[in-house]
Amino acid sequence: MSGASLTFTGQGAVGVGRYLAWTIVALALFSLPQTAFTNGPSVIGSADLMLAPILLGGAAIMLALGVGPRRLVDLALLAVSVVAAIQLLRAVGANYDKAEGGFWTLVAALWLASWLFVERLSGWDAKSPTAKRAIGLLIPALFGVWVLVLWQLFVVGFGVSPVLLPPPSAIGARFASSLPTLWADFRQTFLKAVLIGYAIGCGSAFIVAILVDKVDFLRRGLLPIGNLVSALPIVGVAPIMVMWFGFDWPSKAAVVIIMTFFPMLVNTVTGLASADRMQRDLMTTYAADYWQTLLKLRLPMALPFIFNALKINSTLALIGAIVAEFFGTPIVGMGFRISTEVGRMNVDMVWAEIAVAALAGSVFYGLVTLLERVFTFWHPSVRG
Amino acid sequence: MTTEAMSHGGAPASLSPFSRLMSGTAGPVIVVVAVIFAIWYLGAVLLNGQLQRDAYERAGREDVPLTEFIADTLAQERPLLPAPHQVAVEIWKTTAEKSVTSKRSLVYHSGITLSSTLLGFLIGTALGIGLAVLIVHSRVLDKSLMPWIISSQTIPILAIAPMIIVVLNAIGITGTLPKAMISTYLSFFPVAVGMVKGLRSPEFIQLDLMKTYSASQGQTLMKLRLPSAAPFLFASMKVAVAASLVGAIVGELPTGAVAGLGARLLAGSYYGQTIQIWSALIVAAVIAASLVTIVGVFERIVLKRMGMAQ
Repeated sequence: MSGASLTFTGQGAVGVGRYLAWTIVALALFSLPQTAFTNGPSVIGSADLMLAPILLGGAAIMLALGVGPRRLVDLALLAVSVVAAIQLLRAVGANYDKAEGGFWTLVAALWLASWLFVERLSGWDAKSPTAKRAIGLLIPALFGVWVLVLWQLFVVGFGVSPVLLPPPSAIGARFASSLPTLWADFRQTFLKAVLIGYAIGCGSAFIVAILVDKVDFLRRGLLPIGNLVSALPIVGVAPIMVMWFGFDWPSKAAVVIIMTFFPMLVNTVTGLASADRMQRDLMTTYAADYWQTLLKLRLPMALPFIFNALKINSTLALIGAIVAEFFGTPIVGMGFRISTEVGRMNVDMVWAEIAVAALAGSVFYGLVTLLERVFTFWHPSVRG
Repeated sequence: MTTEAMSHGGAPASLSPFSRLMSGTAGPVIVVVAVIFAIWYLGAVLLNGQLQRDAYERAGREDVPLTEFIADTLAQERPLLPAPHQVAVEIWKTTAEKSVTSKRSLVYHSGITLSSTLLGFLIGTALGIGLAVLIVHSRVLDKSLMPWIISSQTIPILAIAPMIIVVLNAIGITGTLPKAMISTYLSFFPVAVGMVKGLRSPEFIQLDLMKTYSASQGQTLMKLRLPSAAPFLFASMKVAVAASLVGAIVGELPTGAVAGLGARLLAGSYYGQTIQIWSALIVAAVIAASLVTIVGVFERIVLKRMGMAQ
């Protein structure tokens, strides 16, 4: 396998890829005589920058002509883009708000090069499922990194006010320097309000759903109302809960409970009804009683629906807790920090807090998805 | 009455109108709603009871008759839980009896929230459709952008809402647009995901037919993909319009309670005006339900004319 992957294929970029490659070459050539920064030398005359267009252009020419082993050239393109990105980042860091035509041409070339690499990478025909999955993860990860790099280049190059949009480097520095504050906020909002509210909300909805499912009258009466409530702006109850349960985390947990209850109820009830007649008849012929049918047939059949609700709720819970904090908190918590730091124009701290929220939200969602794969391994959507 | 009619679950005509009502959906829903109101009233009496007893104590009154006690708990000015009729009266007072331009009119505040909701919803839907078209046609975007669109929703984006508002205010953009941007963010996602699914829903045999007609990509999009995505579009627009309203309401919180339903909520919570909070909440719920219903009506009309109605 590894031998086959390194053989010379003679295949250059085709279609979109070839246009991209030649455009990169043109941009690299075009950038050479231009000035990169105000009152500075041209790109070719600047020791900091001259490597980027030469490397990018060279790799693009090789790709366009199809010289060399295909995957090796693709990887070379990646390496070259990384070197160019580092050069550009360092150069712009020393020349805040002074970027000119030559620099922006190079940024465009770099952007196209990253695009071209993804284009090439998605054309790799990975044989093993592991390799396929690795590529499937690598592409969005690269995309994320490129967004950060471009963000940094634009904000510093144009000299955007840090109040408006701080560069990622500033956010990262702020994140690293205020870890204790961020951890305290995380503990207050996520570990207390979100997790407790989520557990109580989903758990009680699950129990109610089983009761509702047993009584057909309730099912017909509650399901339409549950569907309606799921569409309502429930975060609005936040001020009421703060009034009832005080400023500390119980009021936030209460908001989370209310927000997560109805999606879970509706989904579980729908899921419990999803076992079809044939399967239920089979259980009846086995002389299974209600509980056996519930545990061995209907709950497993309902699991995909239940996990769907758990996934929706993992996002809702975080939103509910943070928004509820806008209505009053003790002096700790993610929502509190966001609203006060916005008022003090410490936008980098706000972004650091958002990074924590994003990380927590994604990890929470990821864990639920992982559990789903473990528990519904038999379902076509997981097997496929 | 034949047994066949019975076995189809249709309500036999011989049953009384009452049991016919109860065997459908309407009857149970009415009963559940009635129970909710009963619990609401009971909760109001229990929650406000303590306040009322304190009030009696201060007034030096003892052994108040139960009926008067209950009537008083349901007529407080700032109850912990206002009774439904108090909320109804407040809504009536602030909608029908106030002029629409008055700052105390809920219609005025709803209008402000609704305008940013709808603007955000329209931009979000357009953006979602545009992204979906790009994703379906570009392998690179599909592989790199799609995972981020999905994970963007695990980020509690409402947390950014105050920052977007304040920052845009700082550079002079105020009014409807900043709030609409939050609505846009919340509503583009369901549309983008639904439309990607919808645009991919034509079967191979149909796509092959388009190819044998030597249709261009644009023609395939306009004549096959977009029409077959219509049911997906409407389903996701229902989710999007509800999310859009949430975005608009939350977007109004950090502007310092100027105008809109969110501002009413915040002002109510500052001054302990519970009846005002509840009436804003009920009005928001009514707006959400009507918006979803309106999209549903459009869905039925359009799908019927396209011959796709189920």
